Amino acid sequence: MKHIDEFRNERYIGVLVSQINEVSRKIKKEVKLMEVCGTHTMAIARSGLKKTLPENVRLISGPGCPVCVSPNSYIDTAISISELKDIRVATFGDMYRVPSGNRSLEKQAADGAKIDIVYSPLDALKIAEEKPCQEIVFLGVGFETTAPLTARVIQYAKNKGIKNFRVLSGHRLIPPAMQTLVKDLNHEIHGFICPGHVSAIIGSVPYRIFPEKYGIPCVISGFEVIDILHSILMLLEMISGEKKTSVVIQYKRCVEEKGNPEALKIMREIFDVVDAEWRGIGLIESSGLAIGKRYRELDATYIFSTKPLYRHDPKGCLCGEILKGIKKPSDCKLFGKLCTPEHPVGPCMVSSEGTCAAYYSYER
Amino acid sequence: MLHIIAMKDEKIFLAHGAGGKQTRVLIESLILKYFNDSLLKSLPDAAVVSIPSDSERICFTTDSFVVKPLFFPGGDIGKLAICGTINDLAVSGAKPAYISCSLIIEEGFSIQYLEKILKSMAKAARKSCVRVVTGDTKVVEKGKCDGIFITTSGIGIKRYQVPSGLQDIKPGDAIILSGVPGMHELAVVCSRENLNFDMTLKSDCAAIDGLIDGVLRVSNRIRFMRDPTRGGLAACLNEIASGCNFGLKIYEDKIPMTEQVRSICEILGFDVINLACEGRVVMIVDCEDAERIVSVMRKHPLGTRAEIIGRVSCECSGRVILQTIHGFERFIRMPSGKQLPRIC
Repeated sequence: MKHIDEFRNERYIGVLVSQINEVSRKIKKEVKLMEVCGTHTMAIARSGLKKTLPENVRLISGPGCPVCVSPNSYIDTAISISELKDIRVATFGDMYRVPSGNRSLEKQAADGAKIDIVYSPLDALKIAEEKPCQEIVFLGVGFETTAPLTARVIQYAKNKGIKNFRVLSGHRLIPPAMQTLVKDLNHEIHGFICPGHVSAIIGSVPYRIFPEKYGIPCVISGFEVIDILHSILMLLEMISGEKKTSVVIQYKRCVEEKGNPEALKIMREIFDVVDAEWRGIGLIESSGLAIGKRYRELDATYIFSTKPLYRHDPKGCLCGEILKGIKKPSDCKLFGKLCTPEHPVGPCMVSSEGTCAAYYSYER
Repeated sequence: MLHIIAMKDEKIFLAHGAGGKQTRVLIESLILKYFNDSLLKSLPDAAVVSIPSDSERICFTTDSFVVKPLFFPGGDIGKLAICGTINDLAVSGAKPAYISCSLIIEEGFSIQYLEKILKSMAKAARKSCVRVVTGDTKVVEKGKCDGIFITTSGIGIKRYQVPSGLQDIKPGDAIILSGVPGMHELAVVCSRENLNFDMTLKSDCAAIDGLIDGVLRVSNRIRFMRDPTRGGLAACLNEIASGCNFGLKIYEDKIPMTEQVRSICEILGFDVINLACEGRVVMIVDCEDAERIVSVMRKHPLGTRAEIIGRVSCECSGRVILQTIHGFERFIRMPSGKQLPRIC
C-alpha cells in the first residue's frame, strides 16, 4: 500500500493542480478531454477531482464501460439462453441487472433460471467442471483487458475436452470506437485519456492514428488521482503546443509500447475480429471479437439458435448520447427520477462503471 | 438416555422438527445443554420474564440471520445472531436482558455444526449477561434452506436517556465511529469466495453493549447511536442525515483503517464505507463531550480505534459529504442494490 500512497500524496496533487491551471490559461478555448474507461470514470467521480480543474477544462466520459456498450440484442440473447432447459448462465455481476425491455437476468433468476454471478471466466469453467450434467454459458463481455482471459479459458476448455462450457462473446475493442467518435463531425474531442488496463494488453501503437491523422493527443493513464491529474497535465501541454502531439504512456509502471504479446497472441488465436453493434453508437467496423471457427463448439451463438428481438433503446433514455460523451447524465430527463440505481432504465445506471451511476453516486 | 439417542444421529432429519420424540431429544440433549436457563428448562409455551420495577419502558427488537458461509473468520451465524440482537438493543439505550431464538434447520444438517453454533450463541449470550429464555426449532426439507437460518428477538430494559429519534441532533455535533469499518463483510466475502489473501482478517462481529455502557456512564449528551450493519457507514450516515435534515461532513483521513482492510478493498474494488460491520457503533454526540467519549471508548477492547470522523453541519442538509484524503469533496450516497448478498 505504500506504493499506492505515493500516488495519493496531497503535496504532489497540489503541485499538479497548479501546473494544470497554469497551462490551461494559455489555452484560450474550452478543452474537452475524454476518458474511455469505466474505471477512470469511477476514479474521477470518487476522487472529486473535477471540481479542482480550471473552468475551461472539461472531462467527458466515453464508451468505456463494457456492460453499458453491450446492445440490447446481446442481453436478449443471454436471456433467451437462460430460458433453455438445463442451462446455467454465468455472468459478471454488473450484467445481472441490465434491463432489456421489461426483462433482465435478475428477473429471469427470480423466475427460476439458473444464473451464477462470477468474478472471472475461470469461476464459470469451474462450475462447468463441477456440474457436468448442466450446460454453462459464460457471458464474455469486456474490452481487450478481459478478452485474453476469456480466450485462455476457451482454449483450456477445448484442450481439456470440457463439453458443457460455452461462451457468448460480447467482447469489444476500444480503438475502433474511439475512431468512430472522432470521425463524428459534431463531436469535438481535444484529447484522450486512454485506458490503462486495455493499453497494458494492446500497448500504445493502436492509438497513433489519433495524433497522426486527427491531431488529437493521447495519454495512457493510470488510475490513481495523481496519475489522472498528471495525464490531464500532459494532454494540456500538448494541446497548448508546448509539447508535440503524440501518444504518451503516463502509466509506465504497467504499460509497454508493445503491450502484452502473449495476451495478444491468444486473442488472435481464439477470436476473429468482426463488425459489432455498440449501444448508442451502432455498428462499428472491426470492433468486436467473435469466437473463431476452430473453437466453434464453444461458441454459444453457434450452438444455441436463439433469435433476439430487435429492441430500441428505452424511450427517453440518453445512454447512447451519454456513452458518446455528447450529453451529460443530468441532461437526461429520466436521470435520478425514473432512472436510479434501484430502478435503472439504461445500462449506464446499472453498471458500477457506468457514467450515470458514477454521476449519481458521487457528483450530483 | 435421551442424550445417547441424539448423539447417535450425525445429521438433522425431518423428524427432529416434527414435534415428537426426536424433537424432544434434540431440544433436551443439545439445545438445553447450552441454553440452560431456568426459564427455558421447563419448556413453557411462553417465558414469563420480570423487568425491574423502576423501569418505565422496554425495547423490543427482532432480526433474522442467513449468513453464508455459516462459519467465517471471527465468528459464525450463532455469534452473529446473538450479537446482532444485543447491539440493536444497546444502540437504543437499553440494557439487553432476554432473547428468543428460533432455528430453521435444513434436513441433513450436521449435528456437529449445530452444536458448534449453539455453543457459540451461548458463549455470546453469557458474555453480555443476556438470557435465552424461549425458542423454537423447525426442520425443512433438503434444499429448502441453506444449512440453518436463525431468528433472534430481544427485550432490553431502557435505562438511559438516549433519544431513539434524530430530533436532538444539532449542527456542530461530533460524529464518532468506534473502530475500523467493513471488516465483517470483508471476512465473510473472502471466506465465501475462497479469496486467500494469506491474511488474518477477522469479522468485527461482537456485542457492543459493554462499550456503549461505558460511554453512557460518562456522558448524557449522546444525541443518537446506530450500529452500521448492512450498507455500512454509508447507509447509516445517510439515514441519519436524511432524518435530521442537517448535513454530515466526514473526513476520510479520520476513518479508522488498517493496512489489511485498505489493501483488500483496493484489490476487490470495494468502498470501505459501504461494507457491513457487526460490532461497531456510530454516535452523534455533543462536541463538548466528544473527546472524553473517544478516550473512554479507546480503553474498551472494542473501541481502541475510536475516532471523531466528522461533524454535523448546516450545509447540504440531508446529505453526507466526504472530504477525501486528497482534500477534494464528494457525496456519500446511500448504497444501492450492489451490496453482496447474505452477509448477515
